[in-house]
Amino acid sequence: MLRFIVRRLVQMVGVLVVLSLLLFLWLRSLPGGTVSAILGERATPQSRAAMEAQFGLDQPIWVQYGKFVGRVLQGDFGPSTSVLPGTDALTIFFQRLPATIELSFFAMLIAIALGIPLGYFAARRRASLLDNASVIFSLVGIAIPVFFLAFLLKYVFAIKLGWLPVSGRQSGDVDATRVTGFFVIDGLITREFDASWDALKHLVLPSIALASIPFAVIFRITRASVLDVLDEDYIRTAESKGLTNRVIRGRHILRNAMLPVTTTIGLQIGALLAGAVLTERVFSFGGLGEALALSFERRDYPVLQVLILAAAAIYVLVNLLVDIMYAVIDPRVRTR
Amino acid sequence: MTPSPMDPRPNAKKDRIDSLAQTAGGSGATATAVKDVHVGAAGKVKDTGGVSLIASAWSRLRRNPVFLIGAAITVVFVLLALFAPLIAPHDASKRLPQLLENLTPGNIPGPMSGSPLGSDEFGRDLLSRLIVGARQTLIVGVFATLFGLTGGIALGTLAGAFGGWVDSLVMRVVDVMLSVPSLLLAVSIAALAPKPSQWTVIIAIATVQVPIFARLLRGSMLAQRGSDHVLAARALGVKQSSIVFRHMLPNSLGPVIVQSTLVLATSIIDAAALSFLGLGNPDDRQPEWGQMLGAAQGLIQDYPHLAFYPAACIIVVALGFTLMGESLREALDPKSRR
Repeated sequence: MLRFIVRRLVQMVGVLVVLSLLLFLWLRSLPGGTVSAILGERATPQSRAAMEAQFGLDQPIWVQYGKFVGRVLQGDFGPSTSVLPGTDALTIFFQRLPATIELSFFAMLIAIALGIPLGYFAARRRASLLDNASVIFSLVGIAIPVFFLAFLLKYVFAIKLGWLPVSGRQSGDVDATRVTGFFVIDGLITREFDASWDALKHLVLPSIALASIPFAVIFRITRASVLDVLDEDYIRTAESKGLTNRVIRGRHILRNAMLPVTTTIGLQIGALLAGAVLTERVFSFGGLGEALALSFERRDYPVLQVLILAAAAIYVLVNLLVDIMYAVIDPRVRTR
Repeated sequence: MTPSPMDPRPNAKKDRIDSLAQTAGGSGATATAVKDVHVGAAGKVKDTGGVSLIASAWSRLRRNPVFLIGAAITVVFVLLALFAPLIAPHDASKRLPQLLENLTPGNIPGPMSGSPLGSDEFGRDLLSRLIVGARQTLIVGVFATLFGLTGGIALGTLAGAFGGWVDSLVMRVVDVMLSVPSLLLAVSIAALAPKPSQWTVIIAIATVQVPIFARLLRGSMLAQRGSDHVLAARALGVKQSSIVFRHMLPNSLGPVIVQSTLVLATSIIDAAALSFLGLGNPDDRQPEWGQMLGAAQGLIQDYPHLAFYPAACIIVVALGFTLMGESLREALDPKSRR
C-alpha cells in the first residue's frame, strides 16, 4: 500500500514538473506578452527594452525558467495587472478560493445526492419509465451548454420570477461578518443566520447549473455499474440464500458498484473548475472561475499563472486521493 | 499477475511472446476485458450459428428507437449543413432592408413576413443564420474531432504498438494533458492565437480530444497484443509493422470510432463555451451556433430568443450525436449481447 502511494506521488511530482515547464513556455508564447500588456500602445523600443530588463526577459530562456520555478516555489507570482491591479496574484487566489469551494461543494452534493440513487433505481428497474426518463434527463444534462443552462436558470428564476438573487454571493443590504470566507459557514459561526440563508439563496442557481454535468456523468456510471453488478453470480447467490433486499442492496450491490463511481466523482471534482469558469461568469460569483474568465479576457498573466497551476495541482491531487481511496476500498487494485 | 497455466513445452520464442503479452496486459482491466470478449464472442457463436459482431449490432440497432432518433437528428443536421445556402431564405451575412427599417438601438424586430424568426442584432435574418450556422457548426465539430482523432490514433498506436519506454513516455504526455481540466486546456490553447478564428477554435478543441483518443486506443491495442490472432501472426513471422497496422489497429478502432460520435457533440458544446469566453471566431459573416449564442448573451434579458434558438439547435444536435454514439457503444459491447 505504501509503495503504491509513493509510486503515485512520484508520478504526480513528474506531472507537475512537466506542467510547470509547459506553463512557462505557454506564458512566453502568449500573444502580446506582459510587456505589451503593461505598456500598451505607448511602447517604444527603449521603454520595451527597459521593461524587459526589469522583468529579466533579456536573459537566456533556461535562466528565466529557473527563476520562474524559484518564484513559483516561493509563491511569488507578482502583482495582478488588470483583474485587481496591484494586488498580489496569490492573494487573489486565496481570497477567491472559498467561493469556488463552497459552490463546488453544493454542486457536487446535488450531483451525488441525485445521481447515485437515481442511477441505482434506474438500473434496478431497467427499461421502465423511470429508467428511460432519467436516461434522457441525463443526456440533456450533457448536451446543454453549461453557461446556457446558467443563463436560462437566471432568466427564469431570478429575472422573470424573482424567486432567487440574480448574481453575486451576498445581497448588498446584508451586513455580514467575514470569518472564513465561506459565507454560509460564516453566518453560522457568527450566529447571523439571515446572512447564511441569504448566501445559500445565492448558491442555489449556480450550484444547479454547475451540477448538471457531474450529475449526468455520476448517474450514468452508477446505472451502468449497478447493471454490471446485478449480473454477477454473487448477487444470484445472495438472492437465493434469501438475504433481505436491504442487505443485498447495501453489501452486495452498492459496495461493488460504487468502485467506478468513486473514480468518476474524483474526476468530476477535478473538472468542476472548468464548469465554474462558465457558471461563475454568468452569475458574477466572485470565485476562481470568474477570476480565470476575467484574466483571460484582460490578459492578466500573473493571475492566469496562479490559477492554471492551481487548477492542475488540485486536479492531480484529487486524482491521487481517488486512486488511494480506490486502493483502500478495493484490495484487488493494490496487487496489480 | 500470476502466470497462466499454459503449454508446458519449453519454447524460447513463445516464452518471449508470453512475456511481451504479459507486460502489455500489465493493467488487469485490459486483460479481463480480453477474456470477456472471448467468452462473449464464443458464447454467441454457439447460440446463433455465427453472426458477426457488426451484423448482430446492426440487427439490434435497426430496432433501437434511441439509435433511430439519434441517427435521424444527425441525418437532418448533416443535410441541413450540406444544402444550407439553398434552404436559407436570405443571405445570412446581409443586413436586410425590411429588418433594418425597424432596427433601432432599443428594438430588434421580431417575426415578420419573409423573416419568420425576425432579425438578429444587426438586421440580418435569424432563420437564415441558423440554417447556415448548421454548416459552420458541422465544420467545427467534424474537423475538431478529425484532428483530435488523428493525433490520438498516432499517439495511441505508438504507445500500444511498442509498449515499454515508448508507451511510458507517451502515456506521461497524455497524463500531463489530462491533468488540466479540458475546457481550461482548450481556453489556454485558444488564447495562444494572436487573432482568434474558426481554425484556432478547431485546433484548441482538437488538442483536448487527443489524450482521450490516445488512451482509449492504447487500451484496446494493449488488449490486442496478448490475443491469439496477434500471437499467431507473430509466430508466422509477420513483420511488426504489418501486425500493428493490419492486425492490431483495425481491431482496436471500434471503441475509438464510437467515442468520436460522442466527441463531436462535446466539440460543438465546447466551441460555444469558447465563444462565450470571448475566444471564439470574431468573424460572424459565416455564423456558427456557438458564436451566435456567445454573441446573444449580452442581450439575453431583453431578447432571450436570440440566445434560445441557437442554444436549442446545439442541444438537439449534441443530443442526436450522443444518442447515436451511446447506442452504438452499447450495441458493439460484447458484454451487452445477451
